[in-house]
Amino acid sequence: MGSVTATVGPPTDAHVTPWFRTFGAIVAAGFRRHATYRQAAVAGVVTNTVFGFLRCYIFLAATGAAGTVAGYDRAQLGTFVWAGQGLLAVIAIWGWTDLADRIRTGEVAADLLRPVHPVTSYLAVDLGRAGFAALARLVPPLVVGPLFFAVYLPRHWATVPLFLVSVLLAVVVCFGCRYLVNATAYWLQDVRGPMILWTLGSGVLAGLYFPLGFLPGWLEATLRYATPFPGILQIPLDVLVERESMPTNLGLVGLQVVWAVLLLALCRLVQRRAERRLVVQGG
Amino acid sequence: MNVIEMDGLRKEFTVRVRAGVLRREKRTVTAVDGVDLRVERGEMLGYIGPNGAGKSTTLKMLTGVLMPSAGQARVCGLRPVADRTRLALRIGVVFGQRSQLWWDLPLRESFDLLRHVYRVPAGAHAARLTRCRELLDLDAFLDTPVRQLSLGQRMRGELTAALLHGPEVLFLDEPTIGLDVVSKQAVRGFLAELGRAGDTTLVLTTHDLADIERLCRRLVVIDHGRVVHDGSIAELHRRYGSRRMVVAELDSALPEPPVLPGAPVQRVEADGRRLVFALERASVAEVVAGLAGLATLRDISIVEPDIEEVVTRLYASERKGPLLTPGV
Repeated sequence: MGSVTATVGPPTDAHVTPWFRTFGAIVAAGFRRHATYRQAAVAGVVTNTVFGFLRCYIFLAATGAAGTVAGYDRAQLGTFVWAGQGLLAVIAIWGWTDLADRIRTGEVAADLLRPVHPVTSYLAVDLGRAGFAALARLVPPLVVGPLFFAVYLPRHWATVPLFLVSVLLAVVVCFGCRYLVNATAYWLQDVRGPMILWTLGSGVLAGLYFPLGFLPGWLEATLRYATPFPGILQIPLDVLVERESMPTNLGLVGLQVVWAVLLLALCRLVQRRAERRLVVQGG
Repeated sequence: MNVIEMDGLRKEFTVRVRAGVLRREKRTVTAVDGVDLRVERGEMLGYIGPNGAGKSTTLKMLTGVLMPSAGQARVCGLRPVADRTRLALRIGVVFGQRSQLWWDLPLRESFDLLRHVYRVPAGAHAARLTRCRELLDLDAFLDTPVRQLSLGQRMRGELTAALLHGPEVLFLDEPTIGLDVVSKQAVRGFLAELGRAGDTTLVLTTHDLADIERLCRRLVVIDHGRVVHDGSIAELHRRYGSRRMVVAELDSALPEPPVLPGAPVQRVEADGRRLVFALERASVAEVVAGLAGLATLRDISIVEPDIEEVVTRLYASERKGPLLTPGV
């Protein structure tokens, strides 16, 4: 029995695996966990693709005779829609209630018993999930869209890597928002109300229902610089279709970095507050 | 050396109760009411009490999940809430009603992930896992996703998961709840072996007193958030007057139940042909001798005191009123 018991002391610096290896292992586990739900991925791809057609036709109709609207030409709108349909699952804008469910059932106690901060471990799992979604859900719409519509391909070599960085940041920003919405369960138990507000608000403010350029200039600017929402979808898509110059795009990605850091800090703060008043439900 | 120290540990919850059509009243419920306890390294402590007594709440405060309303706790010299992530590396926890395994992953992958989460050196992890596989018979379902495991299989997985980082203290909150006899035996046998090794401190809450009898030398009984007994099982029997019983089978019933000094009749069964005496001051020999003069004895057996019965009486007396002095 000796080998099972506490014959080895707690980890010290001498044999501590670096922090990022722990983080990486949780990311990989998140990838594997979500990769087990393949049928759900197929159903999601079909839905995203059908709605891609619908959205694309509506936006193209808005261009009218001039062939442009709000600074997008028809090909840019095609890319905006089809890449956007693929990104929906990568950022997991809707339907994530894992944390809220675990708070409601008391399972969150198990998360608190791990030697990793809950925000860190949930983020790692989410990045793993996003990684799987990037393969299973982002690629199909990007292949289907160009078969039926004109799409815009980036002209600047740096756009593609910048887009990938922007998507990664979009996942983190979206995760931060979702974590905060879910964390209301610490106070409310039932998060249906905040969740409905989030679903409605995020769709409009992130540029999913229409590109934010469709809005009056002052409103678009306010949303873009004063809220994290465009960083969830609008910014990565604008980077991809090169709507702005490269320096502006770099600035927009920088803005995502700021929001990502702020939101993660806020998540940690909220988590700390919540833990002080936590009531673990049921035994 | 004390591994666990509690001083005046207290937890209150606020509940809102309906007091009218729209009015809600706040009420404070005290789940744990000033518990003082010291647990030494290597002890195996049974922590029992009726539903709602405050057992799980105490464990959650000791593991850093819940913030105490008052009082102090130290586990492995750390403050559970403030140092929670550091403490997590040194303790193992099994909540019988919750899972710490990843629902979607096979057991093997959950264990592998835990190695990284707890930053355990590969060699130590492999050695512990091999030992658990042998003792808990895990091989048959090591590649099955956790969501497909039976309760008994999952619980064996949970125990392994709690031990892979070699914790100094193992907290078990009803680890045998809902398990069948075979799985219960497997879990008990495993914990007994762990206890024999002597360097892991074990705190066990349970409703199954057989777990306690089999595993724990020290028993703490808690009710209404207060400690009402702290000592060995034998002491509990002595304090609450649990007695050994003598069951006498007679050839034929006596017209009146016999009066034997120091051994009152507890029950008369089988139409008077079976008599159950409680040994208070008399010895077994005295009861046998006393009976032999009155009737023909067919058989005689001695029943050791039943812990369930003692604890039932203890809970019942607590419900009626504070017959016992708390915190003894």
